[in-house]
Amino acid sequence: MANEVCLRTLDLERPWLIEQYQSRGGYQVLKKILSEKTAPDAIIEEVKRSGLRGRGGAGFPTGLKWSFISRNAPGQKYVVCNSDEGEPGTFKDRDILRYNPHQLIEGMVIAGYAIGASRGYNYIRGEFWEPYERFEQALEEAREAGFLGENILGSGFDFELHSHLGAGAYICGEETALLESIEGKKGQPRYKPPFPAHFGLYGCPTIINNTESLASIPMIMEKGGEWFADIGVKNSGGSKLFSISGNINNPGVFEIPMGTPFSELLEMAGGMKDGRKIKAVIPGGSSAPVIPGEQMMALNMDYDSIAGAGSMLGSGAVIVLDDSNCMVKILERMSYFYHEESCGQCTPCREGTGWLYRIVHRIETGQGRQEDLDLLDDVADKISGKTICALGDAAAMPVQGMLRHFRHEFQYHIDHKRCMVGVG
Amino acid sequence: MTTTTAKETSELFTPEIRAEIDRWIAKYPPEWKQSAVMGALMIVQENNGGWLTTELMDQVAAYLDMPPIAVYEVATFYSMYELKPVGKHKICVCTNVSCMTNKSDLIVEHLENKLGIGFGEVTEDGRFSLKEVECLGACGGAPMMQIGKQYYENLTPEIVDAILEGLE
Repeated sequence: MANEVCLRTLDLERPWLIEQYQSRGGYQVLKKILSEKTAPDAIIEEVKRSGLRGRGGAGFPTGLKWSFISRNAPGQKYVVCNSDEGEPGTFKDRDILRYNPHQLIEGMVIAGYAIGASRGYNYIRGEFWEPYERFEQALEEAREAGFLGENILGSGFDFELHSHLGAGAYICGEETALLESIEGKKGQPRYKPPFPAHFGLYGCPTIINNTESLASIPMIMEKGGEWFADIGVKNSGGSKLFSISGNINNPGVFEIPMGTPFSELLEMAGGMKDGRKIKAVIPGGSSAPVIPGEQMMALNMDYDSIAGAGSMLGSGAVIVLDDSNCMVKILERMSYFYHEESCGQCTPCREGTGWLYRIVHRIETGQGRQEDLDLLDDVADKISGKTICALGDAAAMPVQGMLRHFRHEFQYHIDHKRCMVGVG
Repeated sequence: MTTTTAKETSELFTPEIRAEIDRWIAKYPPEWKQSAVMGALMIVQENNGGWLTTELMDQVAAYLDMPPIAVYEVATFYSMYELKPVGKHKICVCTNVSCMTNKSDLIVEHLENKLGIGFGEVTEDGRFSLKEVECLGACGGAPMMQIGKQYYENLTPEIVDAILEGLE
């Protein structure tokens, strides 16, 4: 059972066109909701029943997030989609935007109806020009067909949707940084509370969800929350898009049921390249702590299974590493990333990510000191939980994961001033 | 603060550029013209050979009724804005983990040798510049790079040669 939700049109020719989407029943459930005047609360209940959890990485229950909005509060409310896909290893939302943009639009209109919002924005990362153009074209088609704009299908419900283009900043994937960015500012996260449900875009109540989450909504409404939940496993409803990359034969995006064994996913992705041995897997984007390959082979792709191994499912970005990789070098590159992308607002993150990178860099280049591993642990600990947003934790977790499972490689680098892997 | 009058504002930029910026302004609530700053900077940068001057940023500020400092903040925060001249073709190479483990270093080395420049530099004829970028969300096609608005995936040195030869 694959490609049943967000990628259900993928086998069609030019699946991004509105007529193709409609040939698979697209926009039917929106029509039904608007003509039957389905109670908004019933929609939120259905989403809750589906077990859908935020697909951007945090895994927060989508239905619950929607229920935080006071639907009857006066004034504008907003639906914002987070298509600022930037967690290293993640490349699934790009495919939704490129191949099934109408399902995202339909999902956003339904979300607007459910929370009483008449405006929405889709924040697309600036580098995604092709996906942006696809989405823009889809918006035009949807407007022309009467699925967007004023008085949609004669229902009296209005919903206008626009895309906003980012300009290169990982931090804007953090929801409040993203809102700041739409407001034309630096993307620096806000203090929470207040949460976006009360004080979001332009100070108005706002729901903000990942592309995949919102694109899952039409199918949940069409087939029911229970149908969706049953695809997956307990606590991990539905199917999920996994972006799998690294040292494998057939990297790509696979939409499969939650709870699918990792070994099956690896097989779908063509197995290990050049017949090499699997060494480690980063299971949920680069901030997810690394898991040794052997251990990973026994895990399933769902929230609880991966969490049980001390890591997280995150955005479903699976980076597979074979035994030619030096883990010190991998961590050096990841630490460089977080140092680059720290927005500079909180001292522990701004300074700490620099410390992490410089320490790992000196170990990698043969300048490591005996006390460096304890120092890394200490710095990571002093960042964790001490910043406004999760970027600090995202920088600290891979360090802690690497030291937990591959401490010996780091120690070898310090002792011998070279890599224990042949390629180092 | 800029003291540009309304009349001067209407003379900023060509009518085409103004129309493009206005399309961005129209997406947001009327009191939130500032929301169009990212789109406006991108348009102005594109029309200036790929980089932003202080004068251009000041003009964007005047056009959107923003203090210039607020525009500088945006222009310096986001990595796609360039504050120094770049090549006609800005080559952005991803070196993050999935690309790195698929030998992006060979792609970087090849480009550096071929063009005779390193990251952050422009070739003497102004045709090319090289930039190291963070994950561009195309890890399934690693190693990859972006030139202009186009992604190029599954690169080898030979493919890179063919791509560069195909550019104007």
